[in-house]
Amino acid sequence: MSMLHTVNKSPFERDSLASCLRLAVNGSAVLLIEDGIYGAMSGTENSAMVKESMEGISFYVLGPDLKARGISEDRVIDGIKVVDYKGFVDLVAEHDSSQAWL
Amino acid sequence: MKLSIQINEGPYTHEASTTALNFLKAAVEAGHEIFRVFFYHDGVNNGTRYTKPPQDDRNIVATWSELAEKHNLDLVLCVAAAQRRGIADEGEQQRNGLDGNNIAPGFRISGLGQLIEAGIESERLVVFGD
Amino acid sequence: MSDVKKFLYVNRKAPYGTIYAWESLEVVLIGAAFDQDVSLAFIGDGVYQIAKGQDTTELGIKNFSPTYSALGDYDINKIYVEKESMEARGLTVDDLMKLTWEDEDEDWAEKDSIQVLPAKELAEIMDQQDIVLSF
Repeated sequence: MSMLHTVNKSPFERDSLASCLRLAVNGSAVLLIEDGIYGAMSGTENSAMVKESMEGISFYVLGPDLKARGISEDRVIDGIKVVDYKGFVDLVAEHDSSQAWL
Repeated sequence: MKLSIQINEGPYTHEASTTALNFLKAAVEAGHEIFRVFFYHDGVNNGTRYTKPPQDDRNIVATWSELAEKHNLDLVLCVAAAQRRGIADEGEQQRNGLDGNNIAPGFRISGLGQLIEAGIESERLVVFGD
Repeated sequence: MSDVKKFLYVNRKAPYGTIYAWESLEVVLIGAAFDQDVSLAFIGDGVYQIAKGQDTTELGIKNFSPTYSALGDYDINKIYVEKESMEARGLTVDDLMKLTWEDEDEDWAEKDSIQVLPAKELAEIMDQQDIVLSF
């Protein structure tokens, strides 16, 4: 089974990303959406936590939410793939289940 | 894939329902089947008829109604959540002796069983909330 | 008739500050009638939802915590609580309500429904779920 985890809140606001990374098994995928996109940024207090998890987990970030917030793709941690809504749909289809970390 | 969506928050205050709309449009475009969209908690406010957002911003409720008609979507507001938040259709109006109803076109009110059924019948259930 | 699916209800928010704890429990109760394979997970501040001794009289909000005790009667007996969340909050299982169910295969012996699990174990259980409802 491979699960897609979505995280929609900023790691600076809520523990959603930290909880997700604690409870996502290797082989799963995490998609950062809405305010969750701030978790994809390099050079923050949360970047190390995300980079460590990338060994076992595939990371994605929703491009439209980055753009809306004025975050350019070059500020996204290396290895996190930027996807659009079509990519979001594809991720849901490709994984067996999905879980929203609100 | 046959998919269902659960929306926990109302229009505008949280991005949830906008993200869900954008996701749903992309899913339909990609040829997937939407079994049901179930609105819970404040999400029932997506089905309220009298919103009047500014002209230069998106009209979330109207977009739901348009998509419902265009793609024959099943948009369900949870009855318990709707009663708590004052969203009523004609049925609720009759049953509870209300002086009117305020449900937006394209939505219907039904029980939580519809959410569980959506989980059983769909291949994926995606939740949008706060 | 569809196959039985694994349904997981994830609770991460404290009770009363928001309505999610109560409205999620309402889904669990209705969902019980559908004979699926149901589990509940309490993570983060969600663990406070099943803290014992809740008294809401001075708030004027309905105290819905007794409803958790009925879950066993609805055949809902897989209640997972994340160990790390408990420890971060200085809680032990003694701070939680005693939630039990009666095992008809063992002469209706009363058993604990709550299992406090480390994240690593809970993660494996979560990964096996078909439908995860978050509130």
